[in-house]
Amino acid sequence: MRLADTLRFATGSLRGSPTRTLLMMLAMSIGVAAVVVLTALGEGARRYVVNQFASLGTNLVIVLPGRTETSGVGPGLMSGQTPREITLDDAQALLRSRAIKRFAPLTVGSASLSRGALNREVVVLGSTSELLAVRHMEIAVGRFLPEGDIHDTASVCVLGNQMKRELFGNEQAVGQWVRLGDRRFRVIGVMASQGESMGMRTDELVIIPVASSHQLFNNSGLFRILIEAKNRDAIEQVTKDAESILAERHSGERDVTVITQDAVLQTFDRILGALTMAVGGIAAISLAVAGVLIMNVMLIAVAQRVKEIGLLKALGAPGKQIRQLFFAEAALLSAIGSIAGLALGYAGSFIIGQVYPSLPVSPPWWAVIAATATALGTGILFSVWPARRAARLDPVAALAGK
Amino acid sequence: MIELQNVCRTFTVGDQEVAALRDVDLSFGAGEYISIMGPSGSGKSTMLNMLGLLDRPSSGTYLLDGGNVTELNDAQLARVRREKIGFVFQSFHLVPRLTAAQNVELPMILAGIAAEERKERVQVLMRNYGLSDRADHKPDQLSGGQRQRVAIARATVMNPTVLLADEPTGNLDQATGWEVLKLLEGLLEQGITLVVVTHDAEIGARAHRQIHMLDGRILSDEQQAK
Repeated sequence: MRLADTLRFATGSLRGSPTRTLLMMLAMSIGVAAVVVLTALGEGARRYVVNQFASLGTNLVIVLPGRTETSGVGPGLMSGQTPREITLDDAQALLRSRAIKRFAPLTVGSASLSRGALNREVVVLGSTSELLAVRHMEIAVGRFLPEGDIHDTASVCVLGNQMKRELFGNEQAVGQWVRLGDRRFRVIGVMASQGESMGMRTDELVIIPVASSHQLFNNSGLFRILIEAKNRDAIEQVTKDAESILAERHSGERDVTVITQDAVLQTFDRILGALTMAVGGIAAISLAVAGVLIMNVMLIAVAQRVKEIGLLKALGAPGKQIRQLFFAEAALLSAIGSIAGLALGYAGSFIIGQVYPSLPVSPPWWAVIAATATALGTGILFSVWPARRAARLDPVAALAGK
Repeated sequence: MIELQNVCRTFTVGDQEVAALRDVDLSFGAGEYISIMGPSGSGKSTMLNMLGLLDRPSSGTYLLDGGNVTELNDAQLARVRREKIGFVFQSFHLVPRLTAAQNVELPMILAGIAAEERKERVQVLMRNYGLSDRADHKPDQLSGGQRQRVAIARATVMNPTVLLADEPTGNLDQATGWEVLKLLEGLLEQGITLVVVTHDAEIGARAHRQIHMLDGRILSDEQQAK
């Protein structure tokens, strides 16, 4: 029997019982669609997080005070001491490392921002002009913090986009004065709207020179130092240099933590990748269920078509051919079911993408291939038994419909 | 051409052994017209299935064209059935979802014959059996006589040497039955061997050689003068 004829015959028998065929295809396509949609969601979440990290800056190394490593109970903990703070001079000393391209010190505080009668609590970032480049931020109007001595306590500030709108509405903000805590600052720039980045709404910030923030909040430590390495390969060197330079300045004590964006990114990447696989795997169970359904329905089909099978045998079809006919039916069912499922899955992903535009939903290629292969595989695997059963029917009994 | 030697066939029903054929010896040559008669349970259907290679003897040998077919495997038996044997059944056994022409085409599809040749042969047969205008009808749109003619066309499309007919007129009214029988007898001119199983004495009497069976044995085997 020719392959084309086998397929045509199988198509014919599938068409012969359209309800049954449709139901099986539906089961198959729902399984495939589930895998596609769920992995698309997982992949979307992964890419969302990766994008968020990328927007934070490139080749970023972050230094924060204190050691997060567990290394027994140190004397500091016993006596209630906090770790030594990182000072501006510490930060500047980092420039001794050749691997560092630029850095931005960071302080964070909260103060009330007011202009005339308008008043609200804001998060105040203290930094330098380098922050703009390190964090990939954009200025909308005016300019960013002035370059120059890091210890300069200029009374200037840059407003987040939303802050500007709340305080000034449509008025020109640059050149105006605002009050921040007990000091007056002149607005020199307004940040472009950038939405949310790693949970911090940059639109609601006020940025002032780092030395001014030390005066404003009456402290001298830094919350973070953001370092941009020269290139990707220099990240490791930066980490080492930062640790050794700061240890040297802190009388040999390694009391800072240096984390790289890469390490954090990779961790998230791994976790979310695994999550996507797990979700895809769970969805694949529905494919197995579809396979069982196919087996069940095929067994019924064999029972219903027992006379036809008997006839085919009488007309000279060996068992092998009968088996192939049933395989062909299962393969056709699974193939059409998978294609319908893929279409359904992509449509579903598209709709989710429309509903949540910030989520870059798109089914990963491996999930699409795996779903299709699993669908075809289960379809054929679960038709083995029914097909064998059909092939082994005794022709005399089968012709009699027994 | 066909030779059965000491063929026995026993079935196990429950815990009892039932013999459907007991030590049957039978041989016939090409172009013979044979009827097998006998009451229900006499073993005539088993005999037909045996001749058609749908059933295997429990013991004894079956020689077809000199070859021992009792030793063949499933694929080889299927091939012999395909090439040498045609079946006509009492209940027609047409595939309901296929048209008349497709039903006739079926054995050639199984044999892997090219589509153009299949089409040609189907057309010729349909014309010969007066079914040309019924080619695209499904079996349930055909009368009983037409269905049996489609079945005969299907049985002969592979040019078999033996045509086995199991009560071919059993589901037809008398006039149609005679028509179908005449059609079958017409095949004798082409040198086909025709074996008709029936319990209708009138039909059986038309055969040149009449075999009566009872309890799995051949009771009588009469050759009639032509």
